[in-house]
This record gives sequence, structure tokens and C-alpha cells, in this order.
Amino acid sequence: MELFWYLAIAIVLTMFFILDGYDFGTGIIHLFFAKEEKDKEVITKSAGLFWDSNEVWLVAAGGMLFMAFPTFYASVFSGFYLPLILVLWLIIFRAIGLELRGQFKFQMWKDIWDASFGVSSLLLALFFGIALGNIVRGVNLGGVEKGESVYEGHYFFLPLWDSSFSPLSKTPGVIDWFTIVIGIISVVTLAIHGANWIILKTNSSINKKLKGVILKLNIVLATLTIFSLIVWKIINPNSFDNFIDKPYLLVFPIIYLTGLIGLFFVKKLKKDIYSFALSCLLIIGGITSSLASLFPILLPSVNTVNEPLTIYNTAAPEYGLSVAINWGIIGFILLFVYMIIQKRLMGGKIDTMDYGH
Amino acid sequence: MEDMLFYDRLQFAFTITFHYIFPQLTMGLSLLIVFFKGKYLRNNIEKYNDAAKFFMKIFAINFTMGVVTGIPMEFQFGTNWAKFSELTGSVIGQTLAMEGMFSFFLESSFLALFIFGEKLMGQKLHFLTGFLVFLGSWASGWFILATNAWMQHPVGYEILDNGKFVLENFSALFSNPWLIPAFLHNQLASVVTSSFVVASIGAFYVLRNKQTEYGKLFLKTGVIFGLVSSLLVAFPTGDWNAKNVAKYQPASFAAMEGIFETEVAGAEIVLIGQPNMVEKKLDNKIAVPNILSFLTYQEWDRQIPGMDHFKKEELPDNIPALYYSYHIMVGLGTIFIGVMFLSAFFLWRKKLYNIKPLLWTIMFLVPFPYIANLTGWYTAELGRQPYLVYGLLRTADGISPTVSSGNTLFTLLGFVALYMLLGLLFLVLVGKTINEGPKPQTH
Ligand code: HDD
Ligand code: HEM
Ligand code: HEM
Repeated sequence: MELFWYLAIAIVLTMFFILDGYDFGTGIIHLFFAKEEKDKEVITKSAGLFWDSNEVWLVAAGGMLFMAFPTFYASVFSGFYLPLILVLWLIIFRAIGLELRGQFKFQMWKDIWDASFGVSSLLLALFFGIALGNIVRGVNLGGVEKGESVYEGHYFFLPLWDSSFSPLSKTPGVIDWFTIVIGIISVVTLAIHGANWIILKTNSSINKKLKGVILKLNIVLATLTIFSLIVWKIINPNSFDNFIDKPYLLVFPIIYLTGLIGLFFVKKLKKDIYSFALSCLLIIGGITSSLASLFPILLPSVNTVNEPLTIYNTAAPEYGLSVAINWGIIGFILLFVYMIIQKRLMGGKIDTMDYGH
Repeated sequence: MEDMLFYDRLQFAFTITFHYIFPQLTMGLSLLIVFFKGKYLRNNIEKYNDAAKFFMKIFAINFTMGVVTGIPMEFQFGTNWAKFSELTGSVIGQTLAMEGMFSFFLESSFLALFIFGEKLMGQKLHFLTGFLVFLGSWASGWFILATNAWMQHPVGYEILDNGKFVLENFSALFSNPWLIPAFLHNQLASVVTSSFVVASIGAFYVLRNKQTEYGKLFLKTGVIFGLVSSLLVAFPTGDWNAKNVAKYQPASFAAMEGIFETEVAGAEIVLIGQPNMVEKKLDNKIAVPNILSFLTYQEWDRQIPGMDHFKKEELPDNIPALYYSYHIMVGLGTIFIGVMFLSAFFLWRKKLYNIKPLLWTIMFLVPFPYIANLTGWYTAELGRQPYLVYGLLRTADGISPTVSSGNTLFTLLGFVALYMLLGLLFLVLVGKTINEGPKPQTH
């Protein structure tokens, strides 16, 4: 039962990063590469149509986490208090950037909201990566000092940073150089994804140039990936044991690699959808590999006093989880229907569509 | 510890108050948009389609604000009320997760289609997508009220030795006797808000003598919907809620009605008076004897326990605020019925559009349904104190153990600044949309 909800939430979160991920990526590309008003307009439009329904995946993941793993939800949300609230503020700026830019015609107004959309997308991508970095690195559960817990064993509180900025510190903060590297990986991945989305959905004049950008970013990504794996192994020496014990889990890193390698051929691919699919693989592979390396742990503990949080010691009791499966399945089916309807009606390039608006 | 609790409460109260400004219009206005669009489908008069599209623009701005202020709500249970989440997640996690699954996805998926898709889909499908947006927003109200109803009147649970609430009966969450009256009352109250908004914009156009054609349509629709919903909000639904409070939260009932002393031969209803917490009485009281007993139990001399009947720890901790919130809501509700009745009367006699003072009144009445809605929620939430889960879990025991008051104050200040900005932008954009008015079709 725990396993079902673990998988369901993992799928919902991955969907969030694929769907809203292209919005963040679009924001990053928009910030650095869109120069002409015409391009800026179609690019914001390509993100603006669906950001809300994409963001709901995050809300849904939050709700499900609350229902299925309340102890984990309580611990992580209060422990990462400050970064989470920062993320909330950024989400607000991202959304109003997209929604408000078109409301007035004068340039200054548009510039303000373009910056709001671009900068907050960039920072959101960074923070989501940092969050993943924190989860694989682990935290000081129970706030252990001198061998004793300060709080109940499943609570913690992380400052934004610790003066050493090192993941190996006794009391690591949210931001250290390891989590920053993961953050940059996330920014680069989503930028690639966003560029693919723009190429797929618009006829903007920078589409050709973007393929070159993707290629360069991909080289950066490959380098950073190798670097982060080495660091990861140092910080958390048994981080790859799961893959040795259960070799079938290796499909996840292979998914990631397929995406990574495939994208080196971005200029030769026949259809734009193929390269978009490849960046989806990057995201799917990245998230699932990280989760698989931890499983069944949800949040490792950096001290030896308190146990890590796992899907078993944080889950809600059996009855609740099993009734929820009934409505969960209905919900997923409905969701699928909505998505098909949406894609049928709003497929194709955005700038050649006639909305009657 | 004390000020941790204080800032957590203040932050929750501030962010939910701001959030609730928007959904009440979303839920009510989506009904009126469906009404306009449905009328257009039947009578094919362009005016109605223009009206639907015009309010869609306001709806879209309002919706964005609702979404961006709603997401912090969803996360705040974990960030600021971690202990509460840990202990009750197995129960109210159900309703909150269902809200995401069944209402937010529905609303957001079809909203984009409704806004952008009129040409792509044709009129019938366009109506359908509007209807689904309406359904999604009301479903959202339903699930969130189910959550709140459980906190007001917990059902279908079991408490383990470690203090955790465990769900024992899923369907009890939705057959909770608190839920149906609260849901109906709340939804009708949001229809009140949106009718007043529609009527007020109509009054503005008529008074300004521009777009009067639309102005008259908005006034007529707003007044009719406004009258019906104002009546239904008071009776039966408001009355029904009051009976529930008397039955399940007698201490809150005494506090919100301002009954300090139990009267043996039936309780009076207080119209005006200021609670004096030192002498434990109402100053400058105007009251009518025995009415409260009659309204609550249909018996003139039924005894209703006053505040003297309860221990201090059982009574809400801010009695004057609770008392005023309740009396403001009920007072405004009475005024709404009066104004809407008058307007409807002159509408029927075909004089409404010429009676300037009444039009000015309607125009300026627009903040008051918002105030009534918010004070209604204050009544419910202050009345629930000092508990988070009524009678079982104290508010002080629900906060996050590791988040210090300094951090909460920091984020609270951030939310205040950010929300002021949002509020300003909202007013500017809605003002601009109203000023431009519904445009007749040009193509
Ligand atoms: C336009 C808004 C509006 C108006 C005019 C009224 N209400 Fe109301 N009331 C609400 C908006 C509201 C609300 C915001 O929707 C509440 C808060 C929680 C809820 O479910 O509905 C509410 C709650 C609420 C409660 C529950 C309080 C609790 O849970 O402790 C009672 C007893 C009443 N109302 C009674 C009335 C009566 C007798 C009214 C007679 C005129 C009335 N309301 C008018
Ligand atoms: C239906 C969903 C709601 C839920 C689940 C909910 C839950 C809560 C929680 C957990 C608190 C913090 C603890 C406390 O101080 O009691 C709270 C407080 C509060 N809420 Fe709600 N709330 C809901 C709706 C609303 C709405 C719509 C409003 C107002 C517009 C509101 C107004 C308040 C206020 C003013 C407080 C502070 C009360 C106090 O601190 O004494 N609530 N609510
Ligand atoms: C503490 C309680 C609450 C939480 C956790 C909460 C959560 C949320 C969230 C996450 C959203 C954004 C959904 C999206 O992305 O599309 C939202 C919007 C919405 N909420 Fe709330 N909400 C609360 C209180 C309420 C109340 C009391 C109502 C009404 C009775 C309500 C009705 C709505 C509606 C209709 C929307 C759609 C957007 C809008 O209307 O502006 N919510 N809420």
C-alpha cells in the first residue's frame, strides 16, 4: 500500500517536472535569448497557456503527500521552511509575470513582467535542484547535538546555509556547494527542455539558434553529471548500493543516459517532437534514478542517533491508504481524459492558432 | 512558545483571509457566467455572449490571484502546522488530496479552453467547458469545507495511543452533519458576492451613461440573483448553521451571541452591545427577550447555556472579536436583503434604472459582501478556538516544533508585502477591465 502511493506520488512529481518544467525552461530561455518583441510574445504565450494546469501537479503531489505520508510531509515542510516559502514567492512572481504582461501595451510594463517570469523561473529551477540535492545528501534529523536529539527524532530545521557551505559539515545548510551543483544541473536540464518546447510549439525566429544552444548546454550537463556523481559517492558512500543489489533499477540511469546521448544529435533529428521526448527522458531518468538510489528511504539522516525517514515509518495507516486508492484511480482516469481533450484541441504551433480572442 | 503560536496564527489568518477574497468571487461568478452563456445558447442574442466574455476577463484575473494565494495555503499546513499535519494527515489529507485531484485539475484544464477556445470549439462545447469550470470551483469549495467541517465537528476517526488521528470511516467525512449546511451557506454567500459585483458594475455603467445597454442587463441579473441568494443565505442556511453551532459547540454559541449569563426563562437576542470582558456583561445593550430561544429551538422559554456555564479553557480565547464578527455578518445580511428587496421591487415596476440614490447605493455596496464572507469565516474559526480539532486537539499543540518565531515573522512580513502588491495589481487590472467595458463583436 505504501508502495502504491510512493509510486503514485513519484509519477505525479515527475509529471510536474516534465510539464511545468518546460514552463520554467521557457522562462530561462526567454530571459537569456529572446530579444525581439515578437519572439518574447510567442514564447511567453507558449508557457502562458497551460502553466496553471501544469502547476496543479505540484499541488496534487502536495495533497497526496499529506494524505499518504503525513509524518514525512510535516517533517520536510517545516524543516525546509525558508526555502519552501521562497519557492512559494517565486511561484507567485512566475505566475503573475505570465498573466500580467499582456494586460497593458506599453513597453516598460512588459519588461517588468518578462523579468519577473524569467528570473523567477530560473530561481525556481535552481531551488528545485537544490531541494533534490538536500534530499539525497540527508539532514540532521532530530537536530542532534553532542549525541542527543533536540527535537523529536523525525523533525529537523535547516538554515539556508552554514558558514562552511560544505555538504560534509556536521550541520549542513540548505545551500552548500554540492546542492548548488545539483541546482545548476536542474537549471541546465530545464533550459534544454524549455528550448525544445519553444522549438516544438512556436515558429519563433530563434528556433534555429536554440538547437545550437541545446547542444552546448548538453555538453555542460554531461560534465556536471559526471562531477556530481563523484561527489555524491564521496558524501554518501553507499549511495549506489541499491543499483548493485537490484540491478533492474539500472533502467532509470539508462533512461537518463539515453536522453543525454540522444540530445547530442539534436540537429540531425527528423522531428522536433523527438528532441522534446529526449529531454523528457532526461527529467524522468534524473528523478527516478535519485529516488531509486534512496529507496525505501525518503530522507536520509546524517547522524547515527535517528533513523532515516522511510516510506514505512512515515506512512498513514492502512485503511486510509486503501480507500484512497479507489478515488485515486478514478481521479487518474479523469485526469487522463482532460489531458487528451486539451491536447486534441490545443495541439500544433501556438502562434498560428486562431483563438478568436 | 507563546509568540511562536501567535505568529503562526497571524500568518495563517492573514494568508487565508487574503486567499478567500478571490475564491468567493470565482465560485459565484462562474455560476453567473454559465447563466449568461446558457442564455446566449438559447436566445442567440449577442449581448449575453458579450456579458459572458466580459466577466470571463474579470474571472481570469481573479482566478490567477486565487491560485497564487491558494498554493501557500496548501503548503502552510506542513510549514507552520507540522504537528497538526502529522497527527491528522490520515484524515484530512483525504479531502485535501481529493480537492487537488477532482477540482483543481478540472478547473484549470478547462479554464484555458474556455478562455482561448471559443472559435476552436463552437458554442455548445464552449458552454460545456464553462460549465466544467463552474463544477470544478464548486467541487473545490465542497472538499475544503469537508476539511473544515471535520475540524469543527470531527467524525469517522479513531485516536491512537501516540495521539494520531486515524481515519476509520471514509464516507463519514462527507456525511458529516456540519458539512451540508456549511457548504450551502458558504456557496450561497459567494453567489451574494458575485451578484453584488455584477449589479455594481451595472449600476456604474448606467450612472456613467456609457454602455448602458450592458449596464441594464448586469443590474437586472445582479439584482435578481442577489435577492434570491441573500434570502437563502439567511434562511434556511444561516439559521441551520446557527442551530448546528448551538448543538455541537455550545460554548462558541454563547460567545458569538454575547450571552454572558444563562437566563432561566429563555434567551434574548442581542442586536447591539459591546462585550465588557472585565465585568462580564454587554455595555449599551439593546436586546429582544426570548427570541434567541425561539429561533434556535422554536421554544420561547428554552434555556440556553451562557458563558458562565463553561470553564475558561473551553471558551474561545477572543470573545469580543468572535461576537463582533458574528454580528457584522448577520447585520450585513439583513441590510443586503433590504437593499435587494427594494431594488427588485423597482426593477419590477421598471423604475430602477432612474432612481439614482439606489444605483449609487448598489454601486458602493460592493465591499460589504466580502466583509460579510470574511467575518463569517472569522466567526467559524474564532469560535473553534481554543481547538484546532474541536474538543480534541488544542491549537497550541499543532504548530511546527522546529520553526522559530523569528522565521515566521520574517515570512509573515514577506507575505504582507507581496500580497499588498498583488492586491494593488488586482484593483488596477479589474478597474481597467471595467472601464473598457464589454466590447461588442467587431468581427
Ligand atoms: C455574504 C456573506 C454572508 C452572509 C450575508 C451571512 N453569512 Fe453566515 N457565513 C458566511 C457568510 C455569510 C460564510 C463566510 O460563508 C460562513 C463561514 C463558514 C461557512 O461555512 O460559511 C458563514 C458561517 C455562518 C455560521 C457558522 C459559524 C460557525 O461555524 O461557528 C453561522 C451560524 C452563520 N453563518 C449564520 C448566518 C446568519 C444567521 C445569517 C443571517 C443573515 C448569515 N450567516 C449571513
Ligand atoms: C476551509 C478551510 C479552512 C481550514 C482547513 C482552516 C484551518 C485553519 C487553521 C489550521 C488555522 C490555524 C489555527 C488557529 O488559529 O485556529 C486557522 C485559523 C484561522 N482561520 Fe481558518 N481555515 C479555513 C478557512 C478559513 C477562511 C476562508 C478564513 C477567512 C476568510 C479563515 C480564517 C481564519 C482566521 C481568522 C484564523 C485565525 C484564528 C485565530 O488565530 O484565532 N479560515 N484556520
Ligand atoms: C486552508 C484552506 C485552503 C487551502 C489549503 C486552499 C488551497 C488552494 C490551492 C492550492 C489553490 C490553487 C489551485 C490551483 O492551482 O488551481 C486554491 C484555489 C482555490 N480555492 Fe483555496 N484553499 C483553501 C481555502 C479555500 C476556501 C475556504 C475555499 C472556498 C470555500 C477555497 C476555494 C478555492 C477555489 C474556488 C479556488 C480556485 C481558484 C480561485 O478561486 O481563485 N479555498 N486553493
